[in-house]
Amino acid sequence: MSAPTTSPPAPPPARAKRRIGDVLFRGSTQVAAGIILVALAGVAIFLTAEGIPALRADAAHLAGESTFLAYAWPLLFGTLLAAFIALLIATPLAIGVALAISHYAPRRLANLVGYVIDLLAAVPSVVYGLWGANVLGPAMVPVYRWLSEHLGFLPLFAGPASGGGRTMLTAGLVLAIMALPIITAICREIFSQTPRLHEEAALALGATRWEMIRMAVFPYSRSGIVSAVMLGLGRALGETMAVALVLSAFRIVSWDLVSGTAPSTIAANIALSFPEATGVGVNVLIATGLVLFVITFAVNFSARMIVARSEKGLVR
Amino acid sequence: MKTTLRRAAKPGLAVLALSVALTACSAANEEGDTNATGSGDDTGSSLSGTLNGAGASSQEAAMGAWRAGFQSANSGVTVNYDPVGSGGGREQFISGGVQFAGTDSLLDAEELSAAAEQCGADPIIIPSYVSPIAIIYNIDGVDDLKLDGATLAGIFAGEITKWNDPAIVATNPDADLPDADITAVHRADDSGTTDNFTAYLDAVAPDVWTHGEVGEWPITHGEAAPQTSGVVSAVTNGQNTIGYADASQAGDLGQVEVQVGEDFVGPSAEAAAKVLEVSPKAEGQGENAMAYELARDTAESGAYPIVLTSYLLACESYADANQAELVKGFLTYLISDEGQQAAADAAGSAPLSDALVEEAEGLIAKIGS
Repeated sequence: MSAPTTSPPAPPPARAKRRIGDVLFRGSTQVAAGIILVALAGVAIFLTAEGIPALRADAAHLAGESTFLAYAWPLLFGTLLAAFIALLIATPLAIGVALAISHYAPRRLANLVGYVIDLLAAVPSVVYGLWGANVLGPAMVPVYRWLSEHLGFLPLFAGPASGGGRTMLTAGLVLAIMALPIITAICREIFSQTPRLHEEAALALGATRWEMIRMAVFPYSRSGIVSAVMLGLGRALGETMAVALVLSAFRIVSWDLVSGTAPSTIAANIALSFPEATGVGVNVLIATGLVLFVITFAVNFSARMIVARSEKGLVR
Repeated sequence: MKTTLRRAAKPGLAVLALSVALTACSAANEEGDTNATGSGDDTGSSLSGTLNGAGASSQEAAMGAWRAGFQSANSGVTVNYDPVGSGGGREQFISGGVQFAGTDSLLDAEELSAAAEQCGADPIIIPSYVSPIAIIYNIDGVDDLKLDGATLAGIFAGEITKWNDPAIVATNPDADLPDADITAVHRADDSGTTDNFTAYLDAVAPDVWTHGEVGEWPITHGEAAPQTSGVVSAVTNGQNTIGYADASQAGDLGQVEVQVGEDFVGPSAEAAAKVLEVSPKAEGQGENAMAYELARDTAESGAYPIVLTSYLLACESYADANQAELVKGFLTYLISDEGQQAAADAAGSAPLSDALVEEAEGLIAKIGS
């Protein structure tokens, strides 16, 4: 950006001849960009067109609810709760891992840890789901028992604790591990891009390593952290298979994190209900998909806005 | 005409090849239209062509065995079965998209008249697959559990919450039942297994189980798990759990013996077949139907009342003579001793009794063009 150059400014280039390669390349990139827009528009149109009949669906197709909103709200609640728990766990963890890789660990160890974290992103979600339901859940049962016995006065741990450990907290933990590599990878890149001069200036003023990170690295990478968290949130919101396998899901609104009666999520509900759905029932499921689409879109959009605004601030 | 159809089917075939795991139903449908005529393979069997079916996923394992058996006996034949679910299968059958369909539940009046219109006569309905649903449990130190219908309903309805509840102790005086919470596991998805299980609860204990016969779990009690495998692993991995699943998938888990009359009966193929024999025919399914109103509250000794019955739908006549022959051949194989044994081995279903087979043969004989 601001690197001083010693070479004299080049003479203004003569108007380049249009080469066939340039034209082709430009065209193909534009087509690629266009395809994304068309695909997104196609999905939006499909969801809207197929989802509209759900607004007029009767109670038989809405699991006994009278309106579509009453049907979709518990699912939306579950989706947001699971994603929120996931981010609450994943964000500090990811920032810690990213800082260790970029600033604390010796280079060789940092490379290894970075590689392993990237590997986490390549594990299929169904594997996380099976692991969560068959290993993590049962292993957490004593913890849930303890929580509901000793902290049962909090609505979060009201219980009764699940006998199989397939609870909202387990789902949140699994989602946190799934969102971790995305957040870590982006944070790591951004932390390591902090201008060396800023860091050295902070250290020269007598700052400790931690103070330097707080004074130089974090302010510089704030927007990047936000967009990384938003991408992780996108993953947590849309995750289907892992949640469907892990969560003991009901269509309810409940803050209880340790009981086997947990609110379902939109994506998991679609996956579980679709095979036997017919007629308007399919429209109802697609309409919940539209709700998820809008939420995800809003999340990504707001992330972009935050990033754009902070970047403007940085240039100044 | 034929070449254009074949050309049109080519991408369909390519899709089919690419998406083995996705069970490309649309591609399979296209194929069916083009391959209806015989190719004259000299395999000792006169049958050739492609037969398409869709429907209940409960029949999938048995259908795999039937397809393999029928195709190896008739090398010119391809049978496809898309396990889209009972509702989807009936829908495709009524619209003429598939030649036969598998369904866990019977047709309603509207579907029946639409199917009769499509077929030109009342559709043929035969019980192809009868399978016991086991009540599985995992309690430390308890190897033998006997329950009556009302207690079972109480456990799943959430009225009985401890394993040492007097109602459970009453039928298990010798068992070492723990003072622990019951975790009752049920299916999270809409399923024929749930439908049949709740039908049983509704029949034997309507005052305890007040939620009727439903495919989707109606109450917020217990724990939900997806698919049969999910329920089995939730019961296996949890503590003091109980659930219900197709008996063939129950593995090493303990299986509840249910009170029938004065006796306690565990799930077995023979006991499941027996309940069909003592059940009356269902009304209003047309004249070609072997559909049963299962006697779930039967007191007949040796019958196990919690069963899943799955039916096959076919037409009496098909526009294409070859299609009719294919359907007839496939169904004949399916209810033969060989076919029933193949399903029993592959899916743990109960072979139909001789009387039922005879009746089904009579219906299948009607198929023609």
